[in-house]
Amino acid sequence: MSTILVFAEQQSGVFKKAGFEVVSQARKLAEESGANVVAVAIGSGIEDQAGVLGEYGADKILLADDEKLENYNPETYKNVFVNAARDTEADILLFSATTTGKDLAPRVAAAMDTTLASDCIGIGLSDGKLNVNRPLYAGKVFAHIVIEGNPQIASLRPNVFEAVKSREGQNVSVEKMELPDLSSKINVVEVRRSGGDKLDVSEAEIIVTGGRGVRGPEHFDIIEELANSLGAAVGATRAAVDAGWRPHEDQVGQTGKVVSPNLYIMCGASGAIQHWAGMSGSKCIVAINKDENAPIMKKADYSIIGDLFEVVPVMTEEIKKFRE
Amino acid sequence: MKIAVCLKQVPDTEANIKIASDQKTIDESAIKFIVNPYDEYAIEEALKLKESQGAEAVIAISLGPDRAKDALRTAVAMGVDDVVLLKTSANSNDALSTAKILAAKIKELGADMILLGKEAIDDGNMQVGPMLSELLNIPCITVVTKLEVNGNSVKAEREIEGGVEVLETTMPCIITCQKGLNEPRFPSIRGVMMAKKKQILEETVELEDAKLVVSSLTYPQARSEGKVVGEGAEAVSELIRLLREEAKVI
Repeated sequence: MSTILVFAEQQSGVFKKAGFEVVSQARKLAEESGANVVAVAIGSGIEDQAGVLGEYGADKILLADDEKLENYNPETYKNVFVNAARDTEADILLFSATTTGKDLAPRVAAAMDTTLASDCIGIGLSDGKLNVNRPLYAGKVFAHIVIEGNPQIASLRPNVFEAVKSREGQNVSVEKMELPDLSSKINVVEVRRSGGDKLDVSEAEIIVTGGRGVRGPEHFDIIEELANSLGAAVGATRAAVDAGWRPHEDQVGQTGKVVSPNLYIMCGASGAIQHWAGMSGSKCIVAINKDENAPIMKKADYSIIGDLFEVVPVMTEEIKKFRE
Repeated sequence: MKIAVCLKQVPDTEANIKIASDQKTIDESAIKFIVNPYDEYAIEEALKLKESQGAEAVIAISLGPDRAKDALRTAVAMGVDDVVLLKTSANSNDALSTAKILAAKIKELGADMILLGKEAIDDGNMQVGPMLSELLNIPCITVVTKLEVNGNSVKAEREIEGGVEVLETTMPCIITCQKGLNEPRFPSIRGVMMAKKKQILEETVELEDAKLVVSSLTYPQARSEGKVVGEGAEAVSELIRLLREEAKVI
């Protein structure tokens, strides 16, 4: 029987939603092809939690649990995953296109002498071959690709595929892997989390973005307040980042992050082509701009023509009211 | 120390991308090409390292069609010492094939520090840096926002979701560069003059058959026409209603 091997990513000992999305998608492919879904869980002290991967559709879990694997190290994680791929003789390897997945997958691919299709937003099987859909030019066009390598490898963009507990309550076997040599030429000295529990734009379901119209870093508090009321992440346009108002990790667009949240609210941003490329996959787009001729006003699902300094605080109040 | 920078020529971020008549490639005729923005951070970091560490040379390598010479000339204008074009007949869309050719060249050059952008903004693959690591069997740290080199030791900060990782390694190594690492310099007038006369080493290379076969390119699905909800703060209640009841996103 053929095998789909999935990298189930965890951070600080907690499995990530992006990983559940990939396991769920692997399950869907397996329903079509009759393949076996094997999830690879790498970390430290994660044995108790690994079982949840079965609820998302893994038939088996390969566990690599060791203190030395607590933090992501590209070399040790690669060695563990490549061993799992060889042992299971998997024909399909799937990753999530998170920072870790994007770092790990190409190393695995090169070790297996093939290329992967990264950041896919669509995936299916046809004649036993993976067919994927992935953005080029940050989403200005999409490439429909047949993966010819063996194994066939793809990474899936977070927030695009659903995480579904299709086998709620199911118990599957957790098999401890024999670990390779865990020494590495790279030493992870420190992992610093940004203050509090700052939500990253690439993982957020709602994003509130500020552009040039916010007029300065001191005014971003009204953007942050709206974001807080929605449990959203704060994004920024290239103009706002280049002006030094926001850190570059908040930047959305062709030279920032490409995102596809459920709701994307743009405040004082014109919708330049490089920005649009990075967020046009959002399910619902809202624009607040005083210039009714800004390009975004024709493209957004809903727009309000008006001064963001008047409109945004009222939005925050109204959302707080109904959330109460 | 020898520093190699791998760079790619890509369409400008403002470019409108048109699909060519073959439905598999893009129409390049009206496109302005630039140095991949993330590769500019790699060039700048290489030049800074040369200045601070007294590196022997900074060599920029580009794999691509003839037009990529312009990107290499930009690198010379910024201060790169030597440039190599690994000339292909078409744009490579296969990361492994690209990485294999680059790896062979890097080995031949004997570079100790290899710098690349964290990704090319055209195919957004983010693969070549980590693949070079595997092919050359040297460490690679990706998405780096801060780099310190001290003798043979390398300390790098890399951006992760909601935080930063601090990693250490030794040279030879590969670093892929993220925005925030530095501010790329503008080419000097003298640099631009030199770049015009600079001899570009040119080697014709053959790409392997791509493992990813493009069956077609398509434009994003057109979004349905939007709605102007109203003007000013009075429109907010209606907007919230639409988001809850029509779009069902909050």
